[in-house]
Amino acid sequence: MRFAGSSVINNKCQLYGLVTLRVLIGWHFLYEGVSKLINPYWSSAAYLLDSKGWFSGLAETIVSNPNFLSISDYVNMWGLTLVGVSLVLGIFSKYFSLIGMCFVLLYYLFAPPLLGFEYSKPGEGSYLIVNKNLIEACALWVIYSFPTSHIIGIDRFLSNSEVSS
Amino acid sequence: MSNNLKNGNETDLKRRDVLKGLATVPVLGLFLINLWKKMRRDALKKANLLSDLVQEKSPPSVISGLSDTRHLNLGIIGYGGRGSHLVRGAGFATKQWTDIVSENARKNKLDKQFKTFMTQEDLNCSLIGVCDLFDVRADQGIDASKNEVRPGGKPKNSAIRYHHYTELLANKDIDAVIVATPDHWHSRITIDAAKAGKHVYCEKGLTRTFDEAVDVYDTVKQTGITFQLGHQNRQVEANDKAKEIIDQGLLGPINLVELTTNRNSPWGAWVWGIHPEGNAKTIDWETYQEPSPNKIPFGEEALRRFFRWRCWYDYGTGLSGDLLSHDFDTINQIMGMGIPKYASSTGGVYFYKDGRDVPDVWNATFEYPDKDLTILYSATLSSNDSRGNRIMGHDATMLMGGQSGGGSIHGFTVSADSGSTQYKERLESGIINQRYPIYTYTAGSKQIDGVTSATARYFANKGLLYTYREGKRVDPTHLHIKDWLDSIRSNSQPKCNIEVAFHEAVACHMATESYLTGRRIEWDPVNRKLI
Repeated sequence: MRFAGSSVINNKCQLYGLVTLRVLIGWHFLYEGVSKLINPYWSSAAYLLDSKGWFSGLAETIVSNPNFLSISDYVNMWGLTLVGVSLVLGIFSKYFSLIGMCFVLLYYLFAPPLLGFEYSKPGEGSYLIVNKNLIEACALWVIYSFPTSHIIGIDRFLSNSEVSS
Repeated sequence: MSNNLKNGNETDLKRRDVLKGLATVPVLGLFLINLWKKMRRDALKKANLLSDLVQEKSPPSVISGLSDTRHLNLGIIGYGGRGSHLVRGAGFATKQWTDIVSENARKNKLDKQFKTFMTQEDLNCSLIGVCDLFDVRADQGIDASKNEVRPGGKPKNSAIRYHHYTELLANKDIDAVIVATPDHWHSRITIDAAKAGKHVYCEKGLTRTFDEAVDVYDTVKQTGITFQLGHQNRQVEANDKAKEIIDQGLLGPINLVELTTNRNSPWGAWVWGIHPEGNAKTIDWETYQEPSPNKIPFGEEALRRFFRWRCWYDYGTGLSGDLLSHDFDTINQIMGMGIPKYASSTGGVYFYKDGRDVPDVWNATFEYPDKDLTILYSATLSSNDSRGNRIMGHDATMLMGGQSGGGSIHGFTVSADSGSTQYKERLESGIINQRYPIYTYTAGSKQIDGVTSATARYFANKGLLYTYREGKRVDPTHLHIKDWLDSIRSNSQPKCNIEVAFHEAVACHMATESYLTGRRIEWDPVNRKLI
């Protein structure tokens, strides 16, 4: 069985699995974004201050410059929220899944769980090189590669050709 | 018929499209409903926690403008480690210091020491007199008075070196003096300065002995000078907030206060470096030891006593005047304790057997029968296990983070007691969860409370948030010096004035006296005597 407009999703099980994954990740992004938006005191400073490894220099630059820091806060709060809405509703999901992937990949790179790195914040799990950020980034890669929003999602209305075919 | 079938199929197709296109919209609705529920729950929880019971008060603002009214000339007597910090608080640092911290800031953008210094308010004063018995430090003081790298730019005047404090006090151009000598010189210099009409900022502990404290108190009162004791914790906003909470009765009846000191390094135990240039030529040893009860000739032992004076009762009072004094003054600031009725203490030299005679483990108790309260102080110089300071009430305990920081900017937490009467219903209904504090205060952050995420609390407690006044990170020592200079100009009383300084001095001397005599000491407020 093949679904309209798709040559790679072959059955309902695959489709529903991918849609569920998309919506759940969307929900996660949406709450991460909204919880920051409704907290007037939230700042990315604490996370950045604890940065280790490749991007720690960049993190220091951002934290030490109030303008950079407010840009970082703004991008995080609104970026996460928009990615969340996009994935849940299935609107421009292909592009936003890529943006979402960049977000979580950056979180991973700013604080990678590599050997020898100790973080101030105690982790909620046990990680060695691979952590949940990396896994979520890969999941978003899957969502990008196997788009579903043109089948289940608002993108269905926007991609007429796929619907009619 | 076929047309009807075709139309029907098209309608079905459209309906299916709409259903598939909007299939996940209910998920967003579910999200919004749950978000609304969570926000309502948090608001309700917050309303039942202390955060809303505590009347919000904005951080104390820095009163500016007074500095413009009158230029003041300062003198420093004792330009050692603490003296140089106090003079920096007034706006003067050595070139060596500004070079090092500006280089540190260049290497590490998060190092704000240089910026904090340079953005201090210019207090409209000059450092025109430096007195130190060690030539190297006196020269550093002169250098600080001339350094143009400072808030306010090029200094108006530079300092002259005085070999004896009486010569400095004879300079009529000097309005006020900072006394940062070892304790055994405090009373004599303060009394002579007051009699010479100079205003005095004196480092803690106020004096080496009880009798000296009484003399200082009387002289300051008689001469009417503006006196400030060096407890910069008086400027720390966390202490004001703690006072608000206790004044509102949110801890319930308080019967026990526990103060602690925990240090575990040679530096923390005052084993400080002997300056390589310290010798009989560069140090005026005879003048140094003049007021001390026991005299020794100059030599290696004298050098140790010069640079590590806190280790001997000849020059100070050890843990009592150096560290208990800060914690006691903080509690006096928060709870208005005054002088205790009784004090007793025990301890010994148990770890640093280096010839010192002040104890390195020391415990003291202070009784306040009229307030139904005991203050317990426990100190060790051989363990870093930080116990914090606890104000223990029937309804809740306030744990003040960090200690021995003297003006530490750390905050505090308030945790409900399982046997509380005031919070009984909230504990039973689960609104107050004993696993989490009901109130957490960290300077610079108002939002930390029982609802705030564990992550935010964690970072706040790590001290990653700083004390700010009007958007600027500030050094409490600068604020304390400014408070003193402003009070001189407005002829008012600074925050750590002679009245509260006397409370600290008497309480500490009662405990010291108890240790030295092995008996409980009673305060006779009528005759102002220790019994």
